[in-house]
Amino acid sequence: MSLDLPLIWAAVIAVAVLMYVLLDGFDLGVGILFPFAGSPQDRDVMMDSVAPVWDGNETWLVLGGGGLFAAFPYAYSALMPALYIPILLMLMALILRGVAFEFRLRGRRRGKRFWTAAFAVGSITATVAQGFVLGGFIQGITLDAEGRFAGGRFDWLTPYTVLVAVGLVAGYALLGAAWLIWKTENELHGRARLWAWASGGMTAAMLAAVSLATLFVHPRVASRWGFQDGAFDPERLLALFPIPVVGLAGLALLVVGLLRRSHGWPFLGAFLVFLSGYLGLAVGFFPNIVPYDMTFRDAASPDNALGFMLVGVLILLPAILGYTAWVYWVFRGKVSADAGYH
Amino acid sequence: MEFDALLLSRLQFAFTIAFHIIFPSFTIGLASYLAVLEGLWLTTRNEAFKTLYLFWIKIFALSFGMGVVSGVVMSYQLGTNWSVFSAAASPVIGPLLAFEVLTAFFLEASFLGVMLFGWKKVGPGLHFAATSLVAIGTIISAFWIISANSWMQFPQGFERLADGTLRATDYWQVVFTDTFPERLAHMLLAAFLTTALVVGGASAWRLLKNREDQESCIALKMAIGMFAIVAPLQLLVGDLSGKEVLEVQPAKLAAIEAFWETRTEQPFHIAAWPDRAAEKNHWEISIPKIGSWITAGRSDAEIKGLKSFAPEDRPPVAIVFWAFRVMVGLGIAMILLGLWGAWLIWRGGGPEKHPLFLKAAVVMSPTGFVAVIAGWIVAEVGRQPWVVTGVLRTRDAVSPVGAGEVSGSLLAFMVVYAIVFTVGALYILRLIAEGPKPVPAEDTEPPLKPRPPGYALGAAPDAPEEEVRR
Repeated sequence: MSLDLPLIWAAVIAVAVLMYVLLDGFDLGVGILFPFAGSPQDRDVMMDSVAPVWDGNETWLVLGGGGLFAAFPYAYSALMPALYIPILLMLMALILRGVAFEFRLRGRRRGKRFWTAAFAVGSITATVAQGFVLGGFIQGITLDAEGRFAGGRFDWLTPYTVLVAVGLVAGYALLGAAWLIWKTENELHGRARLWAWASGGMTAAMLAAVSLATLFVHPRVASRWGFQDGAFDPERLLALFPIPVVGLAGLALLVVGLLRRSHGWPFLGAFLVFLSGYLGLAVGFFPNIVPYDMTFRDAASPDNALGFMLVGVLILLPAILGYTAWVYWVFRGKVSADAGYH
Repeated sequence: MEFDALLLSRLQFAFTIAFHIIFPSFTIGLASYLAVLEGLWLTTRNEAFKTLYLFWIKIFALSFGMGVVSGVVMSYQLGTNWSVFSAAASPVIGPLLAFEVLTAFFLEASFLGVMLFGWKKVGPGLHFAATSLVAIGTIISAFWIISANSWMQFPQGFERLADGTLRATDYWQVVFTDTFPERLAHMLLAAFLTTALVVGGASAWRLLKNREDQESCIALKMAIGMFAIVAPLQLLVGDLSGKEVLEVQPAKLAAIEAFWETRTEQPFHIAAWPDRAAEKNHWEISIPKIGSWITAGRSDAEIKGLKSFAPEDRPPVAIVFWAFRVMVGLGIAMILLGLWGAWLIWRGGGPEKHPLFLKAAVVMSPTGFVAVIAGWIVAEVGRQPWVVTGVLRTRDAVSPVGAGEVSGSLLAFMVVYAIVFTVGALYILRLIAEGPKPVPAEDTEPPLKPRPPGYALGAAPDAPEEEVRR
């Protein structure tokens, strides 16, 4: 029996991107909520809550990019030029917010104010740019016969992608708020609850709007969900039904958790909402890795390259997940200004 | 010269990678230095090592942050600007970059959190382990990236299939190409030297202000040890690497030495202005015969000149020639600084008593960065017109993007990096100006009032002894 290496690698990349969205999602979300903090002390605590882990979270983005380069080079070389502007915008925004973690502590009055703003603006811009990347990806990439990008430089900028970008900002804010409910106390904790209500409501509304819009964006996606040429096939929808159910369960968990003043459940609820949204989008374009003209098989590296890397993944990925979990364990519990935390 | 997407993409790549390499070449060495300091503190319990550790970790945190964010750019820029290269080369070297992420980046990023913020959260043994793992991660990262670069310089272990795509035939050979060991050693030694120069310069600066500064005196002596041993070693490794260039990239070697004619007994040009159009050098200052001896080890060796390569296969000459001389000139200055410092430790009653030496060490402190960038210019510009030697030309590797968006992104990078670099350098220099502060005895009690939260290790010196020993 020979392994289906491209399929395994598609799964590895999908997991890396999901990990990125969930993990960097909450620390970008903390940045999105930065302007709404009540006091400079609260901002310090918000940043402290993610400072030990943000770098590891962002590494999943490097695995997503590096993994795509290594396992699916033809997809990588088609997608990156197509999404040139939002990707570079994202990278520059990530630079500004990434250095803000250290720079904000070293700055005096003016410097601190500048890097506080840079952290917020960088986080929001990076999220918006990721929304454009995601939206541009789902609405489809124009390729020529050789599988090279052949579209326009602003293809990624449409009403649909704007909708996705706004939705992603709301979603990351929800993850960030739920993280802060889990990790903080007192006034900031109370404020995070309000943020979770607001961003949770917006996320639910945007998720519904994006879901509907996605059905209109590409007929292929609609047919996956059972809507084809005006006809409706309930069996198809039923087969995919667990996906929205997970999302609804996540929302329910969020609402019940918030009502019962739980500290941990809202975060899990937000996680499930993201999982559902992620899977819901993925079924729309799978097995394409560059929608809708290049499948993951067309884009894959030769089997010897994939096999060589798979050996590494099988050994290293469990180790990475293990020590990542350990780091979160080390920094478990509430963060507060007077904990002598660092 | 037309500013098309190709030229702009080259400028953008050169700018972003030159900016990026500044930080790894410093943090690779600094991570190892911190591991040594923490290890020495744990074994000797000499508080000076702890003071130095807690001082340099702040600078490490700043530099590492800048290195991480400028590094993320690289993993996407290969696709945004060099998509043809990515599609062609990735089936062979893609796994090397994937392994870099899996073996190094996660290790560094995860344990960095523990290293910076875990002083009170884990025991001293685990904390030392975290520091060591970060240091090991930086070296593993250098291993893979230099491996990929060595393959681009001198590709081996692959074949070209009928449809024109590349495929690895032997991954061992792809990872360990013939020139890889020397290149890796050269880069790691460069990183250690760069760090030693910064540590030495900062310590010398403190000693110029206060000759009694114990910590700075220890740090300066450690740095001198590195100059005295590593700088001469670097000359040897660099020479080995150069002899390999002669063998596998003769056009690059001819550009480095500005040899136009193929002959034995090549002269060595100390200075010259190479002119590509006229195919000769202006204003040569040369030593006869020893050019062949330096490059091949024998003055009667025949060395190929640039004229034996078709004009379209020649790298730019002047920039490679001069970058090489800057690198070697600075390397020799580093050796002299090391010998001088070693002499002062041995016979002069300690380097801290010699202001002239201290001033020289301060002046030399940024030269490691200059030499690293000059060395990379030699390696990368010297490889032109190829992006993968003999396989893919740079001009064929560029993405199908327009000059408009590339000039926009290049301009934006210049603005963002100018801000980040200026502010980062300012904060680092400010920290160096403050200098390492020994932990006052009364400060070992837990503080009544917290320090500003978020301060990397800000509260660390306050750790009660019991907790540290736990």
